[in-house]
Amino acid sequence: MAVARRGFRRTRWIKLQVFRYVVFALAAVFFLVPLFAMFEFSTRGKYGERTLQYWQSVFQYPDLIDWNFGPAPDAAINASLELALITSLVMLVLLVPTMVWVRLKLRRLNRVVEFICLLPLTIPAIVLVVGLFPMYLWLGTNFSDSILTLALAYVVLVLPYCYRSLDAGLGGIDVKTLSEAARSLGASWFSVIWRVIVPNISNAILNAVLLSVALVLGEYTIANNLLYNNLQVELVHLGRTNAGVSIAVAGASLVFAFVLLVIIAFIGGRGRRVYAEPAAVFAGPLQGSQA
Amino acid sequence: MTVAGIPAVATRAGRPLLGGRRFSLDWLGTVPFFAYVVSFLLLPSAIIAIGAFESASGGITLDNFSHLSRSYIVKTTIDTTTLSAVTALVGAAMGALLSYAIVTGSPNGVLRRVVVSASGVLAQFGGVTLAFAFIASIGPAGFVYLFAQSHGLDYYAHGIWLFTVPGLAVVYLYFQIPLMVLVFLPALDGIKPQWREATESLGGTTWQYWRYVAGPILFPAFLGATLLLFANAFSAYATANALINQGAPMLSQQISNALSSEVGAAEPGFAKSIAVEMIIIVTLVTVGYTLLQRRASRWL
Repeated sequence: MAVARRGFRRTRWIKLQVFRYVVFALAAVFFLVPLFAMFEFSTRGKYGERTLQYWQSVFQYPDLIDWNFGPAPDAAINASLELALITSLVMLVLLVPTMVWVRLKLRRLNRVVEFICLLPLTIPAIVLVVGLFPMYLWLGTNFSDSILTLALAYVVLVLPYCYRSLDAGLGGIDVKTLSEAARSLGASWFSVIWRVIVPNISNAILNAVLLSVALVLGEYTIANNLLYNNLQVELVHLGRTNAGVSIAVAGASLVFAFVLLVIIAFIGGRGRRVYAEPAAVFAGPLQGSQA
Repeated sequence: MTVAGIPAVATRAGRPLLGGRRFSLDWLGTVPFFAYVVSFLLLPSAIIAIGAFESASGGITLDNFSHLSRSYIVKTTIDTTTLSAVTALVGAAMGALLSYAIVTGSPNGVLRRVVVSASGVLAQFGGVTLAFAFIASIGPAGFVYLFAQSHGLDYYAHGIWLFTVPGLAVVYLYFQIPLMVLVFLPALDGIKPQWREATESLGGTTWQYWRYVAGPILFPAFLGATLLLFANAFSAYATANALINQGAPMLSQQISNALSSEVGAAEPGFAKSIAVEMIIIVTLVTVGYTLLQRRASRWL
């Protein structure tokens, strides 16, 4: 009886392992083939040979990239990189002092700030852009129609992800004790934030910045509908005339985004475990609506 | 940051004079944040909500919503709903299988960590790059198609379906399945092996275990996750627009067309009414998801 039972268990175990590895193999094929294909496609020559010609010709498209990194970028990659920088800075200046202040002085506002920060997760970008359209028309005629004004909308877009990251960072330190100690030693509020809090949550800040950069570089919906040419919009235009170059640049931006995410995973993995895993930070609306 | 300094000074000086916490000026520190979100999050939302009821001449009207009954909008709504439902169901089923394959392995194994991290990345991997990845692989010039064709399997014999709605469904699965893994894995983790042993010691078969024990416990979580996947597909725009550039078969593309038509027939009020339609559907689905999650947490 016992032998028969063990035999039964063993068959079931083997069946389970076969099932698991078949599922993993199919998933690996489905998810890896399209990624691999981008590199295969962008290195394919006319007669089936391998060539880096598409990758090398990226710099021959002035609409895509040039050396103008000034306040009025005219190439898509430059504009997207500058947008990523501005968005990250505005996000930090807006979010870090507010979150610290709310934790110290206005605890009952904590839920309100959290709710507002997670709100963009439930509003699709294509819906938000309908409301932004008249605002940008007004901004364009009265203030500036530079592509860099997109950063104003992008800050809202990255808010939920950055909030979660910074919230995890602040949750891991004793904000109250640290700031009281600093205040009792005569530090101004600016010093408290800049010289006491910020160094203590540097990993969470880096995490939030990298997420913002990854999101801004991949943004298409808002830029396309407000009629600005950022990296992704230009890729679609280019894809209609020269698919090889377009896919090469898309592949390069993907590698760049992956590098950022690996850095995030690396930061999250060392030291005190107070930072959200990248998976959890990226997990979409689920955590927001559960809260 | 300098703004954050002002209230502290004011409070210190102000409290004894005004006599009590009620006149605390601490809230001044949050003014920049709230001013920003009011301008760039709440104002656009209000513009949509009010603008949907506004006629071109400025009066109050329901005309924008009556345009929703135009035949092509009805067809687009049905197509988008069908596509979202199909990708949600298929994605949920496949994602659940993948989650089960993960859960039955070692809880701290490399395989599990790799799959979970990869899911976190891939669930966000939408947009233009995703469309390109599929064009480069199974598209008419992709190596998968060329290989299949040279081996006698021409899957585009009846037309290039990749650039139509069914093709879009295949592409959507690429981010739907990982999202399902992220949402459903915690539910599967909550299933205790003792329940299976208890079923067996009472003489239950594998089928009975899934039908009467694990199934009913997991069902609310599964249904909730499916709703989340539905909302996710329903509101996607970038992937659809990069893959299909003719006919605007998705509701999100219709919003875009109404907003800034290339032929100069922009209808901002109409764009807002489609946006309201979309937000109502997404909100209903999200509320359903939240309720089901609460129901699911009773046992897990």
